[in-house]
This record gives sequence, structure tokens and C-alpha cells, in this order.
Amino acid sequence: MAKDANPSAEIHRRWVLVVDLDRCTGCQACVVACHAENNVPVVGEKQAAYGRWMHWIIIQRYWEGEYPNVKARFMPVMCQQCTEAPCEPVCPVFATYHSEEGLNAQIYNRCIGTRFCGSACPYKVRTYNWFRPEFPEPLTEQLNPDVTVRTRGIMEKCTFCIQRIRRTEIDSQAEGRIPADGEIQPACVQTCPTNTLLFGDLNDPDSRASQLARSHRSFRLLPELGTDPGVIYLKGGETNA
Amino acid sequence: MPEPDHSPLDTPQSTPYDERLLLAQRTDAEINQAVLQPMMQTGMGFWVLVGFLSLVVVWGLYAWGFLVYWGIGVTGKNRPVYWTLFITTFVFWVGISHAGTMISAVLRLLKADWRRPITRGAEAMTAFALMMAALYPLIHLGRVWKFYWMIPYPNNRLMWPNFQSPLMWDMVAIFTYLIGSSLYLYLALIPDMAMGRDHTNGWRYRLYRALALGWRGTEGEWHKLHRALGIFSVAIIPIFLSVHSIVSWDFAVTIQPRWHSTIFAPYFVIGAVYSGLSALASILVVVRRGMRLQEFLRAEHFNALGKLVLVAGMAWVYFWFAGFIVEWYGNEPVVRELIHEEVAGRLSPLFYLQMSANLIPIVLLVFKRIRTTPALLLAATLLVNIGMFTERALIVIGSLQRNDLPFNWGTYRPTWVEISIVAMTFAGFALLYTLFSRVIPFVPVWEIKEGRLRYTVRRIGRLLVPTAAEID
Repeated sequence: MAKDANPSAEIHRRWVLVVDLDRCTGCQACVVACHAENNVPVVGEKQAAYGRWMHWIIIQRYWEGEYPNVKARFMPVMCQQCTEAPCEPVCPVFATYHSEEGLNAQIYNRCIGTRFCGSACPYKVRTYNWFRPEFPEPLTEQLNPDVTVRTRGIMEKCTFCIQRIRRTEIDSQAEGRIPADGEIQPACVQTCPTNTLLFGDLNDPDSRASQLARSHRSFRLLPELGTDPGVIYLKGGETNA
Repeated sequence: MPEPDHSPLDTPQSTPYDERLLLAQRTDAEINQAVLQPMMQTGMGFWVLVGFLSLVVVWGLYAWGFLVYWGIGVTGKNRPVYWTLFITTFVFWVGISHAGTMISAVLRLLKADWRRPITRGAEAMTAFALMMAALYPLIHLGRVWKFYWMIPYPNNRLMWPNFQSPLMWDMVAIFTYLIGSSLYLYLALIPDMAMGRDHTNGWRYRLYRALALGWRGTEGEWHKLHRALGIFSVAIIPIFLSVHSIVSWDFAVTIQPRWHSTIFAPYFVIGAVYSGLSALASILVVVRRGMRLQEFLRAEHFNALGKLVLVAGMAWVYFWFAGFIVEWYGNEPVVRELIHEEVAGRLSPLFYLQMSANLIPIVLLVFKRIRTTPALLLAATLLVNIGMFTERALIVIGSLQRNDLPFNWGTYRPTWVEISIVAMTFAGFALLYTLFSRVIPFVPVWEIKEGRLRYTVRRIGRLLVPTAAEID
């Protein structure tokens, strides 16, 4: 069997997403972009109120302080693409597994819907198709042909827009080069109006993401759990106080 | 088997063996009839019960069909409460299934004589409870029609299930236990099937003849049966311990606060024994009345069973406390929040129901009068299972409502679909058990006859002396 060329794996990429909490305004543009890019269904008001919204990025909002000195804090949380992912070993059918380039891949067609990964995930970023996905008109007109439309009864989650990574790599390969730093942009990164999000290769010491990861503001979510996430947060509160 | 002494007592004597001697006065034929008669005489009440249970099962099947057609969304699950009543009831049924082997294998090895009339009822309970438990891993799947992907069958894509997943351990353990306990139940059934074959006609005769496998009761056959039962009794104990340990690891191997605990395996096993023995006591009280088996299931049996429930209950409290106090003192933020929810928050009604329903029976069962009065024993043991069901609900549903990021906290409301399906398995269990008790002798006749040899009355000169002998 011929092995598919996977440039990311060959040059040992470690894709990371840097989230600057000082810049996030909580506008949810990334959430909308993600829905559009990844064919994420819209569940409607009633289901969403019951905790069944399916956003792959969740803008978590926390209030700080007492009225009237209240501050809203926003923290976009998407799949953390853990190196030691708690979701992976518990799946009975290998529907979630670790890809060669260090991402948590979810094979929609293989998923049988035990929801064990969802219970095991400490960040609760996996979303479940509770019903048949519905795309009210005219959303059906803009479904992304690069991404599977999932059926009911299966798990899905942020993929770091794997289809965009692949497309950029293939395009640049055709031009005989490797993708430059910042050339690959997941939908959320492309859309964010305040440049909160930045995508890059942690294993390239010169990449912008790598430099930010070394910043004194950088931290990972729930580091005490030892999951070694691929999403790097930059602590807020310095300029956004 | 040697023939027992059938000499009737001239005058009833008052000895500690009185109750046991009741059977010694009966002939083999009378015992056969006493067991077979209630099986064949079915009154109106029986059919009303069967009809009602069938209705509940049919309604539950409709609910399951509704669930499959529309999706898991028709249940009350959401994010983060991905597992709810289905997994709770799954754990409950696996727990119930534990008493069968506990009674049968452990007590057989210990040569506890009082086990004899209740082994079959216990083993049947194991088999049927496991069947109900085995439904839930299917019911709770998002795409149940793909369930066979969990089975390691050869396929041209070389795709295998993930044996790192506790769900796979679950499947292996449950099927091993189901096969093992069914064989164990059947082995001990063969001599009774032969007895049934010799005393019935019509469809029963044909059924019993097939199941008796040509048993004739020769010395060689008895020898082989005892050997096989001896081997099974030893072999099934590690399986019985492993099954509920594995069920506990479904939870304990994740890093969900309050699930990630080293004490979960023994805590679940002892909880399973506690709830399983209680369920057995409840069932025996009901069946004894329904099938007029007062002669076989006597105060001494309920007394001994009640004591076992008492011991299991105290062990459960110990394990619960050992787990709880470490979590309490550990004082990690999410665990602290969960304990607060239980002790003083929204979950507190369930928590206090669990604690009182698990603790009160322990106090009650201290008294012999309660252990030996069927109605009181029934009340105490039903209470235990209310407590144990609530305990599992708190572990599964309660814990999932809180996690490391407060934004992801959630709540849960059950829907009619979930409640109907849970009711379906309770009714299904009762239905299987009821039908079983009319087809298969509920008390193992050969074991009773064998045990009867121990307590008999022999004439020594002019005296009638009750004697006890040492036999397997």
C-alpha cells in the first residue's frame, strides 16, 4: 500500500493555536466562521438552551468583580489537540486517534456514538449530534465541499481545519516549496478581527507561534492534568485590564 | 445417591433441627410434587402479571424505537452530561447480577448448607440481570446499527476495536460472565431436568428430555457433575470480581473529578454484592409466596441471607466512607463543588435518600425478627436497592454535571424515553424471571434431597435421634 505523502508528518510539525486573551472581545466571529467552514449544524434556540449547542469554538464568558465594577472575561476554548489526549484511549472503535502530525483526529464514519470521549474530555469541547443535522435555508447553499456533513449520533470537534492545512500543503508542494509561517490559516484565525488567534508550528523555533509560546504570558489550559495541549493561551489582564 | 431414611416421626419432637427435619419426613416423590405442582398450576393472577409486564416491555421497545429513529436527543442528555440513566441502570443491573455467583459459587465452596434451596433462584437472577445489563451498551449508542464494530471480527480493512478502551473490557467481561453463569446455571439444572422429564408429559416432557441430555443418575454422572460444579465455582469467582471492577473502570480511568479514584473497583464490587444479595432476598420473598415454597424457603434461609446482606452493607459503608473522606480532605475545587452539591446543594435530596436507604436496612437487619419475617425483610432489602440505584445515579449523572471549567457545568432532566426504557428492563427482568419459574424448578430438587441427607432422624434402639452428617 502506497503511503500517502504527509508533509506535516515528515517535517515533524506540531501545530499550535495561540490565543491572546488580551485581544479577544468576545465577538464570536470565529464561531460563525467555524460553523461555515466546517458544516457545523445549527441546533436552534431550544436545544442550545439545554446545553446542546454544537460550536467547535466556545467563547467562555466569565464575570469578574462585583457590580458596578464588573468585567467580562472572554476565553475561546476549542479542542486543545492534546498530546496526551484523555479522549483517545477510551474510544472502543478508534474513531478518535492521534494523527502523525500530533493532532487528535476524529473519524466521523467510524464513530458509533458511545460519547465516552465526551465524558473523558476535561475541556468538554467535543460536541455531539443529538439529532439529524439541520441546515435551514439558505445555509445549504454554502456547505463546504471539503468537509463531511456528519450524521446524527456521532461526535465531532475542532480539527484545526485539517482540510485547510492539507490544501495549503498540497498547493505549495505543487509549487515545490513548503508552506511559509502563517500561510496556513484555520477559518477562525482568518476571521478574527482583533488577531486574537494565530496558527503555526511549535517545532519551528522561528515561527511567530513558537515565539509567542515562549512569552511570559503563555499558559496552557488545565496544565495540572498533564494533557500537554496544542492550544497556547496568552494571559489576559495586562492591556485589557 | 443413597436412599435417605424415610421413617416417619411418631411424635414431633422439639429440637433445633425441627425445621430442617420437615423435609426429612417427606418422600422424594412428595418433594418432586411440591416443586412441580406450583409450576404447572397457574392462576389468573399469574397471567395478569405476565400481561402487565409484557405491556411495559412493549412500551419500552416502542420508546427504544423512537430513540433509534430520532436520535439520542430525545433523551435528556446534553453536554457535559453525556451519560445518564442508561449507564446508571447498566451499572445497577451488573450489580444485581453479582449475587448469583456470590451465593452459588462462594457458598458452594464454603459448603454452606443453607444455600441449597436458593442457588437456582440466585443463578437465574444473575443470568437475567446480565441480559438486561447487556442491552444498555446497545441502547446508549448513538448509532446502534453499527454496534458490531465493537466486535473483533476479521474484515478486509483490518480494522479492530480498541482494546485500550474500558468499553471493550466491559464487553469481554460481560459476555464471559454471561456465558459462564449460564453454563453454571445449566449444569446444576441437568438432574432436575431429568426429574422433570420423568414426571411430566406433553411439551414439558419434550423440553425436559432435551435439556436433561439423557441424564440417568448413575454414580459416574454424579461424580462428573460434582467435579464440573467444583471447577466452575472456582473459575467463576475471579470473573465475578473482574466484571464489576471493569464497570467501575469505565469511570475511574477517566480524569473526571470524583470518578478518577483508586477505590472505585472494590467499592463497586462490594456495592454490587450488597445490592445483589438484597435483590435476591426480595425476589425470594415474593417467589416463595407466589409459588407456595414455604416448605423449602424457611426462616433459617432468610436469616442467613439477611446476615450476609448485613455484612455486605457494613462493608459498603466502610468503602464509601474510605472514598469519601479522602475526597473531602483532598478539597480539590471541582470535587469540593461536587461534594457541596451532594451534601447541601441541588443533589442533596438524592444524597440523603441514598444514605438513608443504604444505612437504615443495616440497622434493621441486625434484628433476627426482621431477618426472618418475610414482609420486613422485603421492605429492608427493597430499600437497599433504592439506595444503590440512587448511589449509581449520583456517581454517573451527579459527577458529570461539574467539571474543571465552570462554563461547562450543566444539568440534566430525564425524559419519558429514558424512563420508559429503564422501566422496560425492570419489567423485562421480572417477566423473564416469572416465566422461568414456571418452566424450570425454582428450587434445585437434587440439591435439597442431597442436603436432606444431612439432617435426618434415625432410630437408635427406642430413641429417635436427629443426626447431622458431613457431606458435600
